Order: sequence, then C-alpha cells, then structure tokens
Amino acid sequence: MANQLHVEVVAVEEKVWVGEAEMLVARTTEGEIGVLPGHAPLLGLLKEPSQVRVKLAGGDQLTYDVAGGFLSIDANGVTVLAESATPATPESH
Amino acid sequence: MAAGQVQALRRRIRTVKSTKKITKAQELVATSRIAKAQERVNASRPYSLAITKVLGALASNASVDNPLLVTRERVRRAGVLLITSDRGLAGAYNANAIRTAEQLIAQLKSEGKEVALYIVGRKGVGYYRFRGRDIAASWTGFSERPSFADAKKIGDALIEGFAAGSETEGTFGPDGIAGVDELHLVSTEFKSLMTQHANAKPLAPVQVEAQADAEEKSSEPRAAYEFEPDADELLDALLPKYLNTRIYAALLDSAASESASRRRAMKSASDNADDLLKRYTREMNSARQAAITQEISEIVGGANALAAAGSDV
Repeated sequence: MANQLHVEVVAVEEKVWVGEAEMLVARTTEGEIGVLPGHAPLLGLLKEPSQVRVKLAGGDQLTYDVAGGFLSIDANGVTVLAESATPATPESH
Repeated sequence: MAAGQVQALRRRIRTVKSTKKITKAQELVATSRIAKAQERVNASRPYSLAITKVLGALASNASVDNPLLVTRERVRRAGVLLITSDRGLAGAYNANAIRTAEQLIAQLKSEGKEVALYIVGRKGVGYYRFRGRDIAASWTGFSERPSFADAKKIGDALIEGFAAGSETEGTFGPDGIAGVDELHLVSTEFKSLMTQHANAKPLAPVQVEAQADAEEKSSEPRAAYEFEPDADELLDALLPKYLNTRIYAALLDSAASESASRRRAMKSASDNADDLLKRYTREMNSARQAAITQEISEIVGGANALAAAGSDV
C-alpha cells in the first residue's frame, strides 16, 4: 500500500472517482504540485479553472476539469474537492 | 325521486374516482422522488464530510477574524432563509416550515432585530405575498430537484448581503439583497419516511466550535497541515463554499422531506377515496334496489287491484 496513493475526487453532487494511483498532479494558486505516496499533510486551493491529473499504475492517466476546487492531503491519501469535476478526456479506466 | 338519488350518487362516485386517480398518481410520483432525493443526499455526503473536516483543521490554524466567523456586536438586521416547496398537495410540509420560520421571526423581533426574509419555493412566496409582507429575495422552480448551481446562487447572494452588513445602505447582487448581520436557515430535516421535522439553524456567522467537535468525533489525529496559499486566504476561499454546501444539503433534505410528506398526504387521500367509493357504491346499490323493490310492489299492487276489480264484475 505504501507505494500507492489513495485518491478521491469528490464533487458536490457526487463522488467522481476513488482509487489507487501512482501520482496526482494539480495546480494550486501557488503553482503546480505533484503528489506522491507519503506526502506531508497539505491543504491547497486549486487554480481557477484547472485540471487535475491522476497517474495510474501502468501508465494510464485520468484528467479532470475542476472548478472551484481544493486539495486536501492527509495520512489517508489525497482528496480533491470540487464544485464540479468532469473528465477532460474520454474515460480510460 | 329514488332514481334521482341513484343518479346523484353515481355522479359522486365518478368525482371521487377521478380525484383518486390524481392522488394515486401523485403518490406514486412522490414515492419514486423520495428514493431519488435520498440518493442525492447520500451522493452529496462525501463532499460535505470532507469540507467539514478540512474546515476544522483550518479553523484551528487560521486567525479567526474572517468576517464570516465573527459574531457582530450589534445585530440590526437578521436574514432568514426559508425553504418551502413549489407545489402544494404535500400535507403539512409547508405549514410546518412556515410556522417554524414565524416562531424564529417573532423571536428575532423580540430581540429588537429587523428581519429580512429570503424564500425558496413558490408556496412560501405565496404565503407572504398574500399577507402583504416584505420578501427580501426569493428563488423558485427547483424545490423538488435542487442542483448545486441553485444553492450557489442563493449562497452567493446571502454571503454578499452578510459581508456588507446592515451598516451599509442599499442592496447587493442581482437579486437585490439588503445587508444583514446574521443569517438563519429554516428547512425541513428528513428523519425517516414517516417523520420530517422543520427546524431553524444559524447559518452565519459560522460556528467553528461545532466544526472542531465534529473533527474530534472522527477520532483521527489532527494532522499538522501545510497550507497553500496561507491559512487565512484558504479560509476566505473555503467558508463561502462551506456555506453553499450547507444550503445545498438543506435543499436536498427539504426536497426529500417534501416528497415524503406528499406521499403520505396523497396516500391518506387515496385511502380516503377508497373508503368513500365503498360507501357510495353501497348506498347507490341499496337505493337502486329500493327503487326496484318499490316498482315491483307497485306493479304487483296494481295487478292485484285489477284482478280484484275484474272478479267483482
């Protein structure tokens, strides 16, 4: 489990995606951030509008267009909270 | 005479039957809506749990001088957001919500505060407009299936009014909202299919203590977060989102309650229609039977009289 990152992408009206990933890339108001397993706890406000990329094991990647979003990293993994999150590319999972 | 009675009863049965068709259909529609509404309540839960947790972590780190957190020293005007339904035939749902709001308004007025009313749903608007009372702003057309965009529209308008405060004159936002010093929310809580409870809750200033309690209950050790940007700025961005989430949750809960209340009202109306139908059908049958019996006895009596008259000659 240690080298897998637990990712939750949660929009207000529904849970969009939950799963294990290699890495998550997002852009906060301060700059781009890449989250690997074991990242220090962090709360970040996402840039408006922005994309969140979830890199899965095996090289696949999920991209979400996120509006009104923020990011919470704690010991359990990463949670992306957004007012709306929609897949930017055709679903690849 | 008797034939007239039968006809009247027949007409009445027809009326009850067509009423029952309406109530039965409403009942079925409401039943399916409850399930859908509950689904949406559940779907929105992960977000509201997460944002509550995050806010708890933030509040303990940021300085609490955010205008949305501070209780104003002088409260001149209070805003009350009342959530009602767009359509009737929902039993006591709207009456209960309005009664709760009225109690809250009376209490606020006794504390010397002006009250600005914000109303969701046509029924509430109709109630206050009919009585000629001022409505600060209203939103209608989505009470049965509220979307987050609706909640955001309401929330943004309310927050703008709250941020301005009652000291600033004039109105704000596209909905023309006057400044207020505190906000209350009257909505209907969905407890179960049989119980829905209208209640009033403070909306702003946001109570952080309550957040901290919820955080402790989750029994996870509070992580030492880094913030990006800094905690105060994050709080500024998150608090409006949190309020919108609470309004959204209240709208969803009220929508579920509305459907549950409607289902119950329509079920008892349908049951009552069944009872009436049974009674009227019985009455009609016995009236018809009485008419037939009378006709027969008239014929027999007439025939007997003729026969008696004939034998005399």
